[in-house]
Amino acid sequence: MSLTRLLVYLAVLAGAAVAPYFVPQYQSQLTELWLFIVFALTWDLVGGQMGYNSFGNVLFFGIGVYVTAVIQVGLFYDVATYNSARGGGGTVFTFDFTQYALGLAIGLPAGAILAALTAILVGSAVLGMRGQYFAVCTLGLGFAAAQIAAGWDYLGGGSGMVPPTAPDDFINLGLLYYYLSLGLAVVVFAVLSWLYSTRFALAINAIRDDEDKAEAMGHLTTRIKITAWTIAAFFLGIAGGLYGNVKRFIDPIDVAFPSATIGIWMILMAILGGKGTILGPVIGAVIFQITKELFWTYLLGWQRVALGLLIVLIVVFFPEGIVGWWRRRKAPIVETQAS
Amino acid sequence: MIDNLMIFYASPVTALDVLVNGLLIGAIFALTAYGLALVWGVIKIINIAQGEFVILGGYVAFVMAQNGIHPLYSIPVAALLLAIVGWLLYRLIIFRIIDRDLFTSVLATYGIAIVLQQLMNSAFGGDVQLAETGLGTLFLFDYMVSIAQIKIIAFALAAVLAVFLVLFLKNSRMGQAIRATAQNPRAARVLGIDTDRVFAATFALNAAICGAAGALVAMAYTIHPYIGLPYTIRSFMIVVIAGLGNMTGVIVAALGLGAAENFAAFILGTQFQLAFTFSLLVVVLVWRNWRLARKREYLK
Amino acid sequence: MALLEVHNVSKSFGGVVANRDISIDVAERAIVGLIGPNGSGKTTLFNSIVGTHPIDRGTIRFLDSDISRLPIAQIARRGLLRTFQQSRIYKQMNCVENMQISISERDRGFLSLFENRQSAATGQANELLEFVGLFEKRLLLAGELSFGQQKLLEFAMALMNRPRMLLLDEPTAGINPTLINGLIDRLKRANAEFGITLLVIEHNMRVIMDLAQHIYCLAHGELLAAGTPSEIQNNPRVIDAYLGAH
Repeated sequence: MSLTRLLVYLAVLAGAAVAPYFVPQYQSQLTELWLFIVFALTWDLVGGQMGYNSFGNVLFFGIGVYVTAVIQVGLFYDVATYNSARGGGGTVFTFDFTQYALGLAIGLPAGAILAALTAILVGSAVLGMRGQYFAVCTLGLGFAAAQIAAGWDYLGGGSGMVPPTAPDDFINLGLLYYYLSLGLAVVVFAVLSWLYSTRFALAINAIRDDEDKAEAMGHLTTRIKITAWTIAAFFLGIAGGLYGNVKRFIDPIDVAFPSATIGIWMILMAILGGKGTILGPVIGAVIFQITKELFWTYLLGWQRVALGLLIVLIVVFFPEGIVGWWRRRKAPIVETQAS
Repeated sequence: MIDNLMIFYASPVTALDVLVNGLLIGAIFALTAYGLALVWGVIKIINIAQGEFVILGGYVAFVMAQNGIHPLYSIPVAALLLAIVGWLLYRLIIFRIIDRDLFTSVLATYGIAIVLQQLMNSAFGGDVQLAETGLGTLFLFDYMVSIAQIKIIAFALAAVLAVFLVLFLKNSRMGQAIRATAQNPRAARVLGIDTDRVFAATFALNAAICGAAGALVAMAYTIHPYIGLPYTIRSFMIVVIAGLGNMTGVIVAALGLGAAENFAAFILGTQFQLAFTFSLLVVVLVWRNWRLARKREYLK
Repeated sequence: MALLEVHNVSKSFGGVVANRDISIDVAERAIVGLIGPNGSGKTTLFNSIVGTHPIDRGTIRFLDSDISRLPIAQIARRGLLRTFQQSRIYKQMNCVENMQISISERDRGFLSLFENRQSAATGQANELLEFVGLFEKRLLLAGELSFGQQKLLEFAMALMNRPRMLLLDEPTAGINPTLINGLIDRLKRANAEFGITLLVIEHNMRVIMDLAQHIYCLAHGELLAAGTPSEIQNNPRVIDAYLGAH
C-alpha cells in the first residue's frame, strides 16, 4: 500500500475516533454508518466479488441480533418471562455492570459463531444454485427467518425484544457502541483488504466470471463459496449483535420487512459505491447514510418511496457505481494494475 | 401444533374445510404464476413486483367498492388500469434492463415493488382492507365446513380468465407473436415481428392478469400494502415446480400450494403461514437443485 | 498401459445417442487427433472424459484409475484438463490474474489459497504469457482481448496448471490462418518440452495431419476408423464421411 493511501486511512481513522467529541449530535448516525459499512462490505464479498448476489444476508444479521440479545438476557433471567413482561409493568429486570459486560462479551461471539455455522449449513444446500435462483432463494430465506422471529413468542414475537441496558453511571453506552462499531468496521475492512490480496480473492473472482471454467480448472468451488459466505456471516453476526444494542430495541421488521430494510440497503450500498472493490461498499455506505438522513428529514412521508426510486435509478442507470465510474474515466483502455 | 393436528383426527370434516378453502385460493395463485411465467419466458426477466401488481389491482376494487360500485365490476377495470401501469413501467424502466443479467432484473423489479408498496401505503394507509361484495357463506356438513360464496365465484372467474388467456395466446395475432418471440426472439424479428412491442404487450398483459387476480383477492380475501411479496414468491415457486411452458402443471401446483398453505396455517398457526410459504420456496429450490446436481447440472 | 483409456463409452441426451460404444486410447506423451464431421459426437466425448456430464455406459481410466464417476474438478486436479471451443477465460480479470488463478492446486491444501497472490506464480505466469506471445498484453482485462488472443490465453492458463494431459477442442478454429503455424508450433513444444499429452479435436485437416501421431475418426456417434495420419487420409470410409476437405 502506498504511503499516501496509508496516511489517508489513518487520517480518516483519527477523524472517526474523535468525532463523538466534536460532533456529538451525529454520534448515533455515525455509529449506524460504521455498521452499514460492515453490511456493505460483507455483502460485496459474496455478491460483487464472487457473483452470488444474496438477498438473504439479513438472515445472518438477524441471528446475530437475536442470539446476542437472548444471551445477554438469558444468562441471568428467563427469556420468555422477560419478553412477555414488557409493557405489563410487572417485574423490572435489572442488570449490573458485570452482568452486562459478561452478557455482551459472550453474546457477541456467540451470535457470530452461530451465524457462521448457519452459513455453512445453509450454504451447502443453497450455494449450488446459480444466478436468479440463488437470489430468489436467499430472498425466501431472509423473509422466512423474519417471519419465524416475528411469530415466535420466546423472542418476543411481533413486539420484538429489548436488549438489556446497563447502569448508565458506569459507562456511556452510546460511546461504547460507537467505538465497538467503528472497531468492527475497521477490522472488517482490514480483513477484507488482506483477503483481496490473496489467491482466494482471485478464486472468488474466477467463480464470478466463469464458475464452470473454475471447476474445469480444478477449483473446489463449493468449499470456496461456503468459506466466503461464512466469513461474511461471521461479521454480519457481530454487526447484528451490536445493532440490536445500538438501537436499544429489536424489531423483527428490521430483520426483513417485505420492503426496504437492511437486507436490500446493503445491496444498494455496494452497487452505488462500486461492487467488486474494497472502497466501493465503504463509499456507498457513506453516501447512502447521508442520503437516507436527508430523505428522512426533508422528504418525510415519502422517504421510502425515494429510496425505492433510488434503487431503481442506480440499478438501471448507474450499475457500475462510483468506483467503477471513476476507474473508467481514468483509463480509456482498461488496464488494471497487477497489484 | 399437535393440538391442531388432533382436531383433524377428531373431526375429519374440518380437514375438508381447510382443503377446499385452500384449493379455492389456489386458482388465484395459478393466474399470477402464469403471468410470471409469461414474462419470464418471453422477456426473460423475473418480475419481483408481481405481487404488488396484484395488490394494486386489489386496491382498485377496494376504491370502487368504497364508492358504491359493486366490486365484481372492478375486475375489468383493474385489469385495464394495471395494463396501463405495466405498459408505462415497461416503457420507462424495463426495456432498459432486458439485455442485462438476471440479477439486474431481480433488483430493479424489487425496487419497483418497494416504490409501489410505499405509494400504496401513503395513499391507502397500512390497514388491512377488503372489497365488500355482500355475498353470503355456504355452510356444509352441519356448519363444519364454511365457504364464502365469493371464494367460489373468484375460483370460477379465475378459471374463466385463464381460459380467455389461453385462447388469446393461441388465436390472436399478438398472442401468436408473443409465443413466437418466446421461442426465438431473433427469428421473430427476422419474420417482421416488432419484439419491443411484443415485450411491452407481454408485460402489460401480465400486469392486467395480476390486476384482475388482485380484484378477486380484495373481494374474497384481504389486502394491505405489504402483502405483495408472498404472491410473488408463490408465483415463482409454482413456476419452478411446474416448469415454464406447462399450464396444467401450473394449475396443479397452484392448487396444491393453496391447500398446503391453508393446512400449514391451521396446524402451525396463522402467524406462521408466511414463514411456511417462504420456507417452502427454499425447500423446493434446494430439492430441485439437488436432483439436478446428481446429474452434474444445476438450475438455470 | 495408456495414459487415458476410454472403454465402450456411450452417452445419450434424451432420445439422441451422441456417443455409442466408443473406445480410444491415448499413450503418454502422444499427440492424438479426434476428427469427424459436425455432429459426430467429438465434443460430447470430451465432455464425458473430463466429467462435465455422467456417462451412460462404459469406463474411463486416467493414470490407471477409474475416473468415470468423478466430478469435473476432481478430474482436473488429477491433471486432465480441457480447453473449450468458445474459449473460456475470466473476462473481468487481467491476463496475469487469469494465469495466477490457474496454477495447479493439486499439491496444495485449501489453505494455500490464502497465500499472497503474487508469490512465485507471477514469474511463471509471465514466462508462459511470453511463450504464447501475450506478454505485452498481460495487464489488459481478458475480456478486452481479441478472440484469437483469448484462445492463446486459455491455452497458457492450461499450461500454467501443469496438466499431464490436455484435451483441446478445436484450437485453431477462428484463428487467423497466418497465426495457425505459430499455434501448432506451440502445441508441439508443449508436448515435447513440458511433456503434456494432447488429444485434439480439429476440423482443419492440414493442422491435424501435421500435429498428430495417431488419429481417431468419429461419425454419427460411433468410432469409424483409427490409425496414423496417412492411413486415415487414405481410408475410404473416412473420405466418405467427410468428403475429404483439407
